Amino acid sequence: MTNNPVISARDLSLTFETNDGPVQALTNINLDISKGEFVSFIGPSGCGKTTFLRVMADLEQPTGGQITINDVSPADARKSRAYGYVFQAAGLYPWRTIGGNIRLPLEIMGYSKSDQAKRVQDVLKLVELSDFEKKFPWQLSGGMQQRASIARALAFDADILLMDEPFGALDEIVRDHLNEQLLDLWRRTNKTIGFVTHSIPEAVYLSTKIVVMSPRPGRISDIIESTLPDERPLEIRDSPEFIEIAQRVREGLRAGHGPE
Amino acid sequence: MRRSFFPVIVVVFALIAIWYVAVVPMNIKMALTDAERSGMVVTPSGAKERRDRSAILLVAQNPFAIKATFSLERPRLPAPHQVTIELWNSTVNKKITSKRSLIFHGWITLSATLLGFAIGTGLGILLAVGIVYSRAMDMSVMPWAIASQTIPILAIAPMIIVVLNSVGVQGLLPKAIISAYLSFFPVVVGMVKGLRSPDHMQLDQLKTYNANSSQGFWKLRLPSSMPYLFASLKIGIAASLVGAIVGELPTGAVRGLGARLLSGSYYGQTIQIWSALLGAAFLAASLVAIIGLAQRITLKRMGMS
Repeated sequence: MTNNPVISARDLSLTFETNDGPVQALTNINLDISKGEFVSFIGPSGCGKTTFLRVMADLEQPTGGQITINDVSPADARKSRAYGYVFQAAGLYPWRTIGGNIRLPLEIMGYSKSDQAKRVQDVLKLVELSDFEKKFPWQLSGGMQQRASIARALAFDADILLMDEPFGALDEIVRDHLNEQLLDLWRRTNKTIGFVTHSIPEAVYLSTKIVVMSPRPGRISDIIESTLPDERPLEIRDSPEFIEIAQRVREGLRAGHGPE
Repeated sequence: MRRSFFPVIVVVFALIAIWYVAVVPMNIKMALTDAERSGMVVTPSGAKERRDRSAILLVAQNPFAIKATFSLERPRLPAPHQVTIELWNSTVNKKITSKRSLIFHGWITLSATLLGFAIGTGLGILLAVGIVYSRAMDMSVMPWAIASQTIPILAIAPMIIVVLNSVGVQGLLPKAIISAYLSFFPVVVGMVKGLRSPDHMQLDQLKTYNANSSQGFWKLRLPSSMPYLFASLKIGIAASLVGAIVGELPTGAVRGLGARLLSGSYYGQTIQIWSALLGAAFLAASLVAIIGLAQRITLKRMGMS
């Protein structure tokens, strides 16, 4: 394995053609993400953070510049199942059990039955849902459903995890708990994580690198390397270091917003 | 269940009451003619005199004849109890193999209905899959499917029977094809909607797994379409029954509920017509109820109810 960045964007841009004329969702994006980094994308709506994540996942096509995932194009990365993607909604199939939902990508990718069963067990343990394999989604709370959807994205061995506001619809307390669990999971699995959020505390708490973005046109206005240690109890959010980083993120957001 | 029982019973009794009340003026002229023939005094006398009189006036002038309106042999409108007795006699009191058994005729129609429903549903699902996966079919098939339903079935049914007869196909199949002609349409419309019901996120998700389109069909689109399919099947089965009955009418068929309706109207056997009608209604209600039950069980097991 070389030391090349896992994700590398050069002068990336994406313009949507709409009925009201072209919309520049992304312009002049330059970013490197190394293996094992936890990178948050933060910014107001319309700043292109979700679009950028979708470009990495080959769900949107850039109109300019280059981007590579594991040194290949996003399309090839998707075909080689290089990443797991967690959407805003859990999107579990109601007709499948939790175990069955996690098995879905494994069935599609052609894992053997015994391998499927083992992997389902493993990832359920990872997200602390071992007792719920045979339950149906409606029997679980929203937070548990989202954990199951993370387990589903982890079930196959992608070493990149792309998450699009996965906890956006959950309440504060559940969110704190899931953030803690996610950090723990990241430390144990050493995955590279791209995480879209619009919560400053969430971004600062989770990330090794925070990418601040701003809208019209969608662009990166600041990249902040976190100085927080890898070991992060929830109380770290009251430390001066944490508050300082949060302050810088806030300034980045304000600068991007212009004089409004 | 218990809450809906009372209103349902009230409506049924109200309908039966209206029916009984309507029987009197509908049949009064016939009853008076019979009474006059057997020597009773009727005001005004002579069928000719009474022809243009209002039925309600005749009832008022000849109240003695009211009772007779409920027991005519060939009434214009048979009374509910007459139809009930005929239904009882032609089902419970007849051997199933008898040509006079309503169950025998019902089975003839039901078999065509079920075969037609199976053909129609199968065809409908296939067309829907084609429409969802092929843009060319989306553009070309749907207008024809809609056009097919604008043709009155009474106009096209005889042609189907005659054309198939000329190539040697007779009996069950032509009727089933008319059934299928009526029942494929709701299935196409419902299944197209159902197969397209997964949202962008769900489709994107499968894309991230690099799933091929057959995996997308079996694992996401088909299960997602189940609520839509069942709604369509309920309409489809009722349409199938109508198709089978209509298919029996133009050929002078001697067997089936349609044949009972036809022969009843040839010979003025209104009681037979009404009992065949009620038999058909009962059959339709049972078929829809069976599909409703299958829907409840399936969707509950799929966690979609």
